[in-house]
Amino acid sequence: MGVKKTDIVLLDDKGIRCDGRKINEPRRIMIKAGVLKNANGSAYIEFGENKILAGVFGPRDVHPKHLANTDRGILRCRYHMQPFSVGERKNPAPSRREIEISKVIKEALEPAVMLENFPRTVVDVFIEILQADGGSRCAALDAAAVALADAGIPMRDMVSACAAGKVADTIVLDINNEEDQEGQADMPVAYMPNLGKVTLIQLDGVLSPQEYEKCVNTALEGCKIVYEVQKKALQEKFFGDSQ
Amino acid sequence: MTTTTILDDLKKKKIHALLKEGQRVDGRALDEPRQLIIDTGVIPKAEGSARVRLGDTEVVCGVKVQPDKPFPDLGDRGIFICTAEILPLADPAAEPGPPGEEVIELARVVDRGIRESGMVDLKQLVLEKDKSVVGIFIDNSVTDYDGNLFDACSYASVASVLSCKIPKYNYADGVVTKVEGEFTAPPITTVPVSVTMGKIGNNIIVDPNADEWACMDARITITTNEAGNICAIQKGGNNGFTPEELVQCGKISIATGAKIRDMLKKAGRS
Repeated sequence: MGVKKTDIVLLDDKGIRCDGRKINEPRRIMIKAGVLKNANGSAYIEFGENKILAGVFGPRDVHPKHLANTDRGILRCRYHMQPFSVGERKNPAPSRREIEISKVIKEALEPAVMLENFPRTVVDVFIEILQADGGSRCAALDAAAVALADAGIPMRDMVSACAAGKVADTIVLDINNEEDQEGQADMPVAYMPNLGKVTLIQLDGVLSPQEYEKCVNTALEGCKIVYEVQKKALQEKFFGDSQ
Repeated sequence: MTTTTILDDLKKKKIHALLKEGQRVDGRALDEPRQLIIDTGVIPKAEGSARVRLGDTEVVCGVKVQPDKPFPDLGDRGIFICTAEILPLADPAAEPGPPGEEVIELARVVDRGIRESGMVDLKQLVLEKDKSVVGIFIDNSVTDYDGNLFDACSYASVASVLSCKIPKYNYADGVVTKVEGEFTAPPITTVPVSVTMGKIGNNIIVDPNADEWACMDARITITTNEAGNICAIQKGGNNGFTPEELVQCGKISIATGAKIRDMLKKAGRS
């Protein structure tokens, strides 16, 4: 809004954040499943200002062949940002940040996907960030998990992700871009809501042990909210709007 | 990736069987890190350096300090960059060439732990705002692999920075000159300690060695600062942690971190 960075009030005295949200209120989340014709499964997510497309191919033959596993399938994941997705043009070549995020997303999805059912094959997950806001790795994961389910790939559970963090000495849910830049801590978390397992957790920023525990629990609450939106997206895809 | 050999399979079974009895392959307690040996000042041409052995994992780390242009959006801060590399002589599986995702993650996690703790007060490394700052470049080279490179590289980096000398620079009319023979200590605010834990079955083990590393379900690296607060986390591996396990790991990292911090401080002084 043309406000200088230093002018942003991250949390006012009424407990309202810089974008008008309450402390434990996530941004607007919209997920649509089955948005691509060629991919075996796909999803589009808008999570705040994030706009992200995920496509899943497979299980299919592995190339190069030496990567194939004889006793189980493999999962590959690519998180990629479009050059126009951020303020200043991003070099389209994968950065070290994107390679790390691709890896943690893969490891967050892997516990849910029943890869033992598909030896010698690969499931490819491609994630394109069309527009990035804070928390793009969580939003990307949410879309990727829905795309996997849309592809009909057997899963033990959904994977739902949401970040929590510390802003103006307060633990808040779902950090946006400004809060990420100016805030004190950012903790993305991915969770399998029915199995009760955290499959991704990262943190940068300083938290006391009490704040750490609270931050984890706050993020898990966010994951549960996301889970409902993911379920709704899949219901709409497979059963129409009636559900 | 590679086909599992019979030997690896047997090792894995042994590790699982021992853990059921609460024991580890090398006789350590579950929350016991391996022996840590830190030698600082091993590379005199570097402004700071350390050789760290964590069990049989060995890392050589060097710090180079030199003036540089600040990042465009961070003109009031010095530069801090920490990298890590697995040398081809460290492990038969390591190959020369561009880093893979494992090595990129390693370098980023080691960098993040130290950076987020605010160990070095970068605001004190400015020569001229927006024009010239002091850069601290930390490069870790793994020379021998026995698991848990995250902690070994982190300890090597922290010990190197603690023992490093910052040359004195003068800035005038766009020119930086080094004052020969004059050094200051780096502006240290806290000593971060990274503690990596592996999850095998329902057991949480501290500082997994290579055999444990190869068969663990998931891992988590938690960096704590001197005040006993948590400043960085990275989870990895193909399985998850329950929320209760995450809290338990937080406590282990604070308790284990405190002991290792004393060793790092002692090594940094010598």
